[in-house]
Amino acid sequence: MRKGAHVRTRLVTLLLALIAALLAIPGTAAADAQGGESVWGQIRNPDSDDEGVEGVDIAVSQEGEEIGSATTDADGNWEVEVPEPGTYQVVLDEETVPEEFDLLQVPAGAERDVEVRADQRFAVVYRLVPQGEGDVAASPSESQEADSEDSGGSGEEDAAGSGAEEGEGVVEAPGVATGPGLANQIIGLTVAGLLFGLIIAISSVGLSLIFGTTRLINFAHGDMVTFGAVMAMIFSGTSMLTGLHEPFADVPVLGLVTNPLIVGTVLAVVCGAAVGGVLELFLWRPLRKRNVAMIQMFIVTIGVALLLRHLLLVVFGANREKYVQFRIQDMVNIGPIAITPRDLGIMVLSVLVLVAVASMLQFTRIGKAMRAVSDNRDLAESSGIDVNRVTVYVWMLGGGLSALGGVFLGLNQSVYWQMGFHLLLLMFAAVILGGLGTAYGAMVGGLVIGLVAQLSTLWFSAQLMNVWALLIMIVVLLVRPQGILGRRERVG
Amino acid sequence: MDIMMTLALSLETAIGPIAAIYVLAAIGLNMHFGYTGLLNFGQVGFMLVGAYGVAVCVTTFGLPLWVGFCVSVLCSVVLALILGIPTLRLRADYLAISTIAVAEVLRLLYRAEFARPVTGGVYGRQSFADAFYEFNDRVGIIPPGSYGIGDVDFSADELWLMLVSWACVALALGMTAMLMRSPWGRVIKGIREDEDAVRALGKDAFTYKLQSLVLGGVFGGVAGVLIALNQGNITPDQFMPQVTFYLWAMLLLGGVGTLWGPVIGPVIMWFLLTLFDETLRSLASSGALPFLATSDSGALRHALVGIALMLLIIYRPQGLVGNRKEMLVNVK
Amino acid sequence: MSSDGIDATRTAPAAAGGPLAAVEPVPGVAKPDPILTASHIRRSFGGLTAVNVDHLEVQRGTITALIGPNGAGKSTLFNLLTGFDKPNEGTWSFQGQPLNGVAGHRVARRGMVRTFQLTKALTRLTVLENMLLAAPGQVGEGFFGAFGWWMWRRQEQANRERAMELLARFKLDAKKDDIAGSLSGGQRKLLEMARALMVNPSMVMLDEPMAGVNPALVQSLLGHITALRDEGTTVLFVEHDMDVIMGISDWIVVLAQGQVIAEGRPSDVRSDQQVIDAYLGTQHDEPQGAKTEEKP
Repeated sequence: MRKGAHVRTRLVTLLLALIAALLAIPGTAAADAQGGESVWGQIRNPDSDDEGVEGVDIAVSQEGEEIGSATTDADGNWEVEVPEPGTYQVVLDEETVPEEFDLLQVPAGAERDVEVRADQRFAVVYRLVPQGEGDVAASPSESQEADSEDSGGSGEEDAAGSGAEEGEGVVEAPGVATGPGLANQIIGLTVAGLLFGLIIAISSVGLSLIFGTTRLINFAHGDMVTFGAVMAMIFSGTSMLTGLHEPFADVPVLGLVTNPLIVGTVLAVVCGAAVGGVLELFLWRPLRKRNVAMIQMFIVTIGVALLLRHLLLVVFGANREKYVQFRIQDMVNIGPIAITPRDLGIMVLSVLVLVAVASMLQFTRIGKAMRAVSDNRDLAESSGIDVNRVTVYVWMLGGGLSALGGVFLGLNQSVYWQMGFHLLLLMFAAVILGGLGTAYGAMVGGLVIGLVAQLSTLWFSAQLMNVWALLIMIVVLLVRPQGILGRRERVG
Repeated sequence: MDIMMTLALSLETAIGPIAAIYVLAAIGLNMHFGYTGLLNFGQVGFMLVGAYGVAVCVTTFGLPLWVGFCVSVLCSVVLALILGIPTLRLRADYLAISTIAVAEVLRLLYRAEFARPVTGGVYGRQSFADAFYEFNDRVGIIPPGSYGIGDVDFSADELWLMLVSWACVALALGMTAMLMRSPWGRVIKGIREDEDAVRALGKDAFTYKLQSLVLGGVFGGVAGVLIALNQGNITPDQFMPQVTFYLWAMLLLGGVGTLWGPVIGPVIMWFLLTLFDETLRSLASSGALPFLATSDSGALRHALVGIALMLLIIYRPQGLVGNRKEMLVNVK
Repeated sequence: MSSDGIDATRTAPAAAGGPLAAVEPVPGVAKPDPILTASHIRRSFGGLTAVNVDHLEVQRGTITALIGPNGAGKSTLFNLLTGFDKPNEGTWSFQGQPLNGVAGHRVARRGMVRTFQLTKALTRLTVLENMLLAAPGQVGEGFFGAFGWWMWRRQEQANRERAMELLARFKLDAKKDDIAGSLSGGQRKLLEMARALMVNPSMVMLDEPMAGVNPALVQSLLGHITALRDEGTTVLFVEHDMDVIMGISDWIVVLAQGQVIAEGRPSDVRSDQQVIDAYLGTQHDEPQGAKTEEKP
C-alpha cells in the first residue's frame, strides 16, 4: 500500500509530464508563430559548464545602427529582441570578458552576422576558454557533463541546453521599467515590489496553511511552483489549445479567454491541486498514520522536492524560457506608473485571487474549518471537524495556488527548472514574517518581502536582493518568532 | 571489461578524497542532528566558509596555507556562534529554516559584486593549493608515481590528499567517540531527547547546543578546506543547498546518531552514485537509451537521491547501522 | 478513594503539632521558616491574566499542595517559579536568595528541582543514563573535561552507586539497562522522581505526579513523597485529586483564576466555602478544559 503510494505519486507526476510533453512536440512550431524575433545565447564558464559568465556585453546592430544590447546575467544568458526578420550583426565586447577567460575565435570571432527568420529566436554561440589551465574537479553537488552537444544555432533548443545546475540561485528582479529620477525609480520599484510580493503571497498561502494544519514545513513547495509554471508552458504550447484559440483569436473577449496560456494556466492550477491532493492522500497521510516524527517528515519533503525538481529538469530541460504569449508588450501609463498590460493583469488577478481565498477562508464552511484546523488541530478534531478531509483540501488549495504563482512568476520573468526552489526561501521569509500557519500572515508577509527585495535595489546591488529578504526573516525570528499576525505560544 | 572499469571508478570515488570530505561533513552533521537533535539544514555554509578561509587567505592576502587553515577553522567557529546564539533558542523547525537561509545568504554574499576583491565574486578563487602538494613533494611522504591495484589507481597527489582527508576523518571520529562516551555526550543526547527535562536537571542546554554546533561546524569547515585543496579552485555556486541535502541523505543511509553511520553512508552513497552515473553514461553513449540525453544523468541522479531520502526515512529510519528498536521509540 | 483511607496508612500530616500549627489560614500568610517566598507575581498571555499572586510562602520541610480548577494557573505558576517562563512582574526568592530572571537550569542547581506534568523521560537513554545525567557538578560534563576520562572516572563510579541506590528505592534497579522509552507510564513517573532526587534538591516541585497513574502506583508514589518530606526535603506539588491531597499535605494553597483564594491546613481548606464553590463548581467540565490548558 505504502510502497504503492510512492509508485503512484511518481507515476502520476511522470505520466502527466509525459502526456504533456507528447502534446507539446507538435505544438512548438505553432506556438512560435506568436512570438517576436530575437537574438540570444548563453555564455558559459569553461571551468564548469553549468555556470554562466556574468557581465559580458553584447550589442546587436543592423547596417551600422545599433538595435539593442544586452549584458549576460548571472547564468550567462542574454537576449536582444529585434524588430523584424533580417540580417543583423552581433558583436561581443571582448573587454567585458573576465580576465581569466578568452573568447574562442574559431569558428568565428566576436563579430557575427546572423540571419533571423520570422519568429525565430536565433541563438548565437560564444564560447570561452580558460586562460590558464584550471582543472575541472568534481564539484560536490554534481558531475554534469554538458559538452556533448555543440550545435550551432537554430530553433529553440540548443547550446544553452544541458547544465543541471543553475549557477545562480537568485530570483531576478521583475522587469518593470523605471524612468529617470529617484521618485520615478521609487514608484517603479514599488510597483515591481508589489507585483513580486503578490506572486510570493499567492505561492505561500498554501505553504502557511499546510504548516498550520499539519505542522509540516513543506520544502517541496517551491518545486510545486515550478511544476505549475512548467505545466502551463507545456499546455499552452500544445496544438490542441492553440487550435482552440485560432477561431476566436479576433473576438474581443473570447479571444483572451481562449488564449492558450490562460487555458493552460487553468489546467496547470488543476494539475497543481491534483499533485497537492495526491501527495497528501498517498504520502503524508500514510506517514502520519505511521507516526513518523516531524523531523523525519521534513526530510521526506526534501526528498519529494529533489525528485520533483529533477524530473522537471529532465522533462523541461535546463533552459530559461518565456511564455510565447504576452511576451512583448508596450507599456501603458497610469499616472506616473508605466507598466505592461501583462504585469498589470498579473497584479489585478493576484489581488482578485487573494481576495477570493480570503473570502473563502472567512465565510465558507470549509474555509472556516481550514482556519480552525490550522489554529488548533486537536481542538478542531474534538469539535467535530473532519480534519483529514480539510487537510486534503488545504493541500489542494496550496498546490493550486502555488501553481498559479508559478505561472505568474514565469510570465513576469521566465520559466526554468529552479525558479520555485529559488523562490522557496523568499516564501519561507514571507510565511515566517507573517506568522507560520496563518493564511493572512502569508499574504502580508509576501507583500513586505516583495517590497523589501525590490526597494533594496535602490541602494544596494540587485544581487543582494534576496539577502535582505532573508535577513528580515532572521530578524523576525529573533524578535518576534510568531510573526506579525501570529499568536504567541505558551511555553511549558 | 567495461564493467570492471565502472566498478573501479566507483570504488575510487568511494574511498577517494571526495568521499572522505563528505564523511567529515557528515560526522559534523551527525553531531548536530544525530546526537544533539539540531535540525541543521545549512551545513554547506560551514563548508563554504571553510573552503574560502583557505582560498582567500592564500590568494587574496598571500598568507601561507596553514594560516589559511586556521582562519578556516576560526571562520567556522564564528559562523557557528553567529548562527547559534540567536537561533538555538528557537523551535526545531525555525532552526531548520534559519540555517538554510543563513547558508544561502552566505553564498549570495560571497558571490556578490562588492565582495569580488576578496572572494573573487562569481568566479571564485583559483590556484591556492600548490603549497599543499609541494609540501608532499618536498617531504616525500608519498613519492611521485602511481599507486593502485588493477583498475583502481591514484596519483601521488591524490593519495597524499586522501591520506590527509582520512586522517582528519579518523581524528573527528575519535573525538566524537570520546565525547559521546563521556558525561558531556550524555547531556548532549539528553538534549536530543528532551531539552526541558535536561534544563530542569540543572544543565545549561543552550551552552551544550552551542558547543555541539561549533564542533560539528568545525568538522564541516575542515571538510570545506579539503574541498578547496582537492579542487584547487572554488566558486560560491558549488555550495548550493543541495550539498546539505546530499549530506542528509548520506547520514540517513548510514545511520543517524551512530558513530559509524556518517562514515558508511557517504562511502556507499558515492559508490552507488558513481556506479549509476557511469552505467547510465555508457548505456546512453552506446545508444541503448535513446530517450535519454547524456546530460540527463545528473538530473536523474539527484532525483534518485530524492527517492532514496524518502524510502530511507519510511522503511529504514535507522539507516544501515542504526538500532531499529531505539529509532522506533522516538515518537514525538 | 476516601481521605480517611489514606490517613490510616500514612504518617499523619504534621498539622497537629508541626511548625504550621499556629499559622493562620488566610491567603498570603507568613510562615515561620519559609524556603520559598513569592510576591506580586503576575503573568498574562495576550489580555488574559493567567497568574496574579499577591504573596505566597512555602514552609521548609513540609508537603505543600497547590490545587485549583483547570485554568487556575497552577502550571503557569510552576513554570514561573522554576525559571521556565518569565512573569510580567513580581519577585520571588528561594532560600533567601532572589530568583528573578534566573534561568531554569540555575534554579535547579540552587536546589529547586521540578518534574513535568507530561513525563519527560529521556527515551533513548537507558534508565541508568537518565539517572547519571542528573548528577550535579560532574567534571566530565564540560566539553574539555570530557576528554580527560581519567579525571572523571572515579566520580562517575560514585554517581553510579548513588544512582543504583535511588533506583533500588524506586524499584527500577532491575531495569537499569533498558532504554527509558520502554518503561510504562507509571515507571516513567517514578524514574522522573528518582532522577530529580539525583540532583540533591532541597525542594522538589512535582507537577501532577499522580496524573494518569494507576491506583496501586498512586499509593507507592504517595509513600515516596512523604518519605521525601521525612528526610527533610520540601515538596510542592500540583494535584487534581482532592482526596489524595487531603491525605498527605501539610498545607494546601488553592488557586483560582490565577489568584490564591485560600490556604491552610487540609481541615481548614476542606470547610472553606469559597474553595468548594471555586473548585467543585468547575470540576464537571474538567475533561473539556484539560485539553486546552495543559499544553506542554
